[in-house]
Amino acid sequence: MADPLLKVSGLEVHFPIRSPFLRQRVGTVRAVDGVDLEVGRGETLALVGESGCGKTTTGKAILRLIDPTGGSIRFGGEEIAQHGASRLAPFRRRMQIVFQDPYASLNPRMTVGGILAAPYEIHRIGTPADRPARVAELLRTVGLPSEAARRYPHEFSGGQRQRIGIARALALEPELIIGDEPVSALDVSIQAQVINLMKRLQAERGLAYIMISHNLAVVSHVADRVAVMYLGRVVETAPRETLFFDARHPYTQALLSAVPEPVPGRRRARQVLQGDVPSPAKPPKGCHFHPRCPIAQPRCAEEVPLPRVVAPGHAVACHLAAP
Amino acid sequence: MIGFVAWRLLQAIPLLIGVSLIGFGLMHLAPGGPLAVYTLNPTIQAQDIERIKIIFGLDQPVHVQYVKWATGIFSGNWGYTFFGGRPVLDVILERLPATLLLMGSALSVAIVLGLSIGVLGAVKRYSVFDVLATTGALFALSFPTFWFGLMAIFVFAIELRWLPSGGMWELGEEGNILSLLRHLVLPTMVLALVITATWSRYSRSAFLEVMQQDFMRTARAKGVPPAARLMRHAFPNAAKPLIALLGVELPFLFSGALVTETIFGWPGMGRLFVDALNMKEYPILMGMMMFTAIFVIIGNLLADLAIAAIDPRVRLR
Amino acid sequence: MSATAAAPQGQIGRVWTRFRRHRLALAGGFVVALLLASALFAPAFAPQDPTLLDTALRFRPPFADWAHPLGTDELGRDTLSRLLYGGRVSLTVGLVAMVTTVMTGALIGITAGFLGGVVDNLLMRFVDTMLCFPQVFLLLVVAAFVPPTLLSISLVIGLTSWMEVSRIVRAEILHLKEQDFVAAARALGASRARIMFRELLPNAAAPILVAATLKVASAVLMESYISYLGYGVQPPLASWGNMLTNAQGYFDTVPWLAILPGAAITLTVMGFNFMGDGLRDALDPRLRMDP
Repeated sequence: MADPLLKVSGLEVHFPIRSPFLRQRVGTVRAVDGVDLEVGRGETLALVGESGCGKTTTGKAILRLIDPTGGSIRFGGEEIAQHGASRLAPFRRRMQIVFQDPYASLNPRMTVGGILAAPYEIHRIGTPADRPARVAELLRTVGLPSEAARRYPHEFSGGQRQRIGIARALALEPELIIGDEPVSALDVSIQAQVINLMKRLQAERGLAYIMISHNLAVVSHVADRVAVMYLGRVVETAPRETLFFDARHPYTQALLSAVPEPVPGRRRARQVLQGDVPSPAKPPKGCHFHPRCPIAQPRCAEEVPLPRVVAPGHAVACHLAAP
Repeated sequence: MIGFVAWRLLQAIPLLIGVSLIGFGLMHLAPGGPLAVYTLNPTIQAQDIERIKIIFGLDQPVHVQYVKWATGIFSGNWGYTFFGGRPVLDVILERLPATLLLMGSALSVAIVLGLSIGVLGAVKRYSVFDVLATTGALFALSFPTFWFGLMAIFVFAIELRWLPSGGMWELGEEGNILSLLRHLVLPTMVLALVITATWSRYSRSAFLEVMQQDFMRTARAKGVPPAARLMRHAFPNAAKPLIALLGVELPFLFSGALVTETIFGWPGMGRLFVDALNMKEYPILMGMMMFTAIFVIIGNLLADLAIAAIDPRVRLR
Repeated sequence: MSATAAAPQGQIGRVWTRFRRHRLALAGGFVVALLLASALFAPAFAPQDPTLLDTALRFRPPFADWAHPLGTDELGRDTLSRLLYGGRVSLTVGLVAMVTTVMTGALIGITAGFLGGVVDNLLMRFVDTMLCFPQVFLLLVVAAFVPPTLLSISLVIGLTSWMEVSRIVRAEILHLKEQDFVAAARALGASRARIMFRELLPNAAAPILVAATLKVASAVLMESYISYLGYGVQPPLASWGNMLTNAQGYFDTVPWLAILPGAAITLTVMGFNFMGDGLRDALDPRLRMDP
C-alpha cells in the first residue's frame, strides 16, 4: 500500500509473569508477538482469530490503551508507539474504539448526554452552551431520538446502547475506528442493523475500520481485507474474496472449514484441529501452529516462518503453503 | 510452608518500619518535642537545655536520631520516664500482666459466647433466636463502653452491692485469688460485650457461608449426623476467618481495655496510658504506642501462621 | 456489583423499597432524622439557656416540674437544654469527622486503586501501619497535642479513622477500572483526574454512602470517649461526653445525670448503625435479607 493510514510493524505486547512472593519476573506472556498490519483510508480490515489469540490486545495496543513493548505504530505517517499522553492527544481524536460489551462500555452513572458530551469537554471543542446541539446531532446520526440524552444507559436495549457507543466514537470525527467485536454481544437480528449503520457511516465519512471478530460470517459481510491471527502472530493476510476461496495457511483453512456453509449441498471437507491452543506464556518454537498443523514438517518446529507474498495483497506466514 | 512463613515475616518488616516512623514522628510533633519535661520547666536554663540536647544526641540530623532511636527500640532501650527516670519498657511491662488478664478473660468469655450465639443463629437462620441475636449484637455495638461500665457499676456495685466497683484487690487482700476474681467480673463483662457482639456477627456469617458449600450438602447426602457435620466439616472451614478476626481485633481490644481500665481503676496498660497522658509523660505514651503496635503486628503474624497451619492450600503455596 | 452497575433513577426506587422492608433500619433513620431536627432547632426546643446557672435549683430530678422537664445538674443548669445543645456539638463533630474520614479515605483509596504499582503499595502499607495502632491511642495522643476546639477534635477523629474507607474504595476501584467505560474514556484522551473523579468515583458511591453512615456512629462514639477522658469538648460547652464526666462525680446519689447523656449517645450511635446496616442490605443485593 502506498500511503496507508495505519502501518503497524513488528508490534509486541509482552506481559511479565511475576512470582507471588518477591515479585521477580519468572516468565512472559507473549500476547502479541510481532504483528504487521496495514489499513488504508476508508478501508475495512478484519482481524480474526480464536479467543486468546491476541486480536483484542493488538487493537488496544494500536490505540495505546495498552503500552506496546516493542515494534512500531505509524498513524498518518507519524510514529506513535512511544508517544506520551500529551503528544498522543491529537491522535486520540483521529482513532476511536467501539467495544464488545455495550453494558460495560457506557458509564452507568452518567446520562447519555453526559457520555456523548465528554469527548467535547476533554478536547475543549465548542462551548458548554452548544454541546446539547452537538449531542442531539450525534444521536440523530446513529438513529436515536434526541430525548435519549436525558436518560441513563440502563434504560436502553443492547442494540441502542451499541449505537450510543458508536455515537461516542464518532464525536471527535476520527479517521479510524477499531471495532472490538462490536456486534458479537447482540441478538442476531440486531447485529445486521448495527453493521449496516457502521457501513453507512463509512460510506458517508470515509472512515477506516479495523473489525476485530471471531465471526467469519460478519467478516465476510464487512471486510475489504482480512488478517488471520494465531497465538500472537498474523498467519495470513488477504483480500476478502481471496481469503474465503483461496486460503493458503493450514490454520486459515481449518478456521474456514468450521463455518457452516450457507449454500446447501456445497460442502467443504471439514478439518478438525487436534489439541488445544497452547498458552501464550509458553508458545511452541518455530511456527506457533506446528503442534496442531496437519502438514507440519521438522523445519516448522525450528524456523519461524516469515510472511511471504503469494499474490498481490496476499501474504502467508507458512513454510509449506503453495506459492 | 517454610516459604510462606519467611514471606510473611518479611512482610512484617515494612510494617515495623512504618510503625516506628509514625512513633518517632509523633514524638517530635509533641509540644516541646522529646525534651518537653525540660523545656516546659521554667527553672531550667536555656544553656542547660542545649547541654541536655547534646547528651541525648538531639543536635544530630533527624535521620541519625531516628536510627539511634529505632535501634534502641529493637534492642530494648525504650528511654526513660520524665518523672522518676525509670526505664519506659519496665514501666510498661509492669502493667502488662493486669491487662493481659483482663483481655484474656474478656476474650475467652466473648469467644465462647459469641461463637455459640453465632453458630446457633446460623443453624437456625431467621428463627426468633437468630433475629434477636443479630439485633442484640447491633445494639451491643452501639453502647459506649464507658457508659455501659458506669451502668454496670451503678446496678451491681451501688444498688445491689454484689461486686466491687473498681480496683484489682481489696486493701490488704493483695494476692487473694477470690478477691481478684470478684474484681474481674465487671470489667470482663463490660469489655466482653462488644467483642461478643462482633464474634457472634462474624461467626454467624462465616458458618452461613460454609454451610452453603457443596461439600456440606455432600456430607448431608451421605448421612453424616448434624452434630458431626457441624464439628468435623463446617468448623475447620469456618475457623479461618475467625482466626483472622482475632488478629484484626487486637487493636480494638486495646482500645476497649483502655476505657474499661479507666472506669474500673484496673491497674493495667490502658490506665497507665491515661495517667501518662494526664502527666504529659510522652516517653511512656510513645513507648505504649510502639508496644501495642508491635503486639498487633505479632498477633496478626501468629493468626496468619495459624491459618496456614490448618489450611493445606496455604501451606502448599 | 450490580448495585453500582445498575443506574441511578430506577435504582433509587428499588433501594428505597428494600430499605423500607428493613424495619430496624427505618427506625434508625427515623431516630437520626429526629436527632438532626432537635439539634438544628435546639434553641426553639430548649426550655432555657444551657449555661444558665441557678444554684438554688441543684439536682432537680426529672419529671418533677415543667420548668426543668429532665431536671437540673450540680450547678442548677437545665439538663434537657444541655442535652439538646450537647447533641448539636456531638452531631457536628460526628458529621465533620465523617466528611474528613470519607474524603481522606476515598482520596487515598481511589489513588491507590487507580494508579496501582508502587503508589498502591506505599499507600496500602501506610494503611496497614496506621491500623496497627489502637484508634483510641492515636486519638488521645494527637488530641493531647492540639488545643481542643470543635474543628480540631473533628479533624483528629476523621484523620485517625479513614483507613477502612480507603480499603473499601480501593477494592471497588480495582474492580471498576477494568471495565470498558474506563478504557473508552482513556481512548478519548481523558486525564487521569477526570477518569478518577468523573468516571470512577460516582460508581463507588454505594459503598462510600454505607461507610459514611457507619462512620458518623463511630465518630460520635469517639467524641464521647475523648470528651469523657477530658481531651475532647471543653466545658462550659456541653457535649454528651463531658456531661457524663461531670455526672460521674455524683453518680451514687443522682444517677439520672449519667443515664441521660449516655442514653442519648447510645440512641444516636444505634440510629446511625441501624441505618447503615439497612443501607448496606438495600444497596448490595448479594447481602439481601431474603430473595
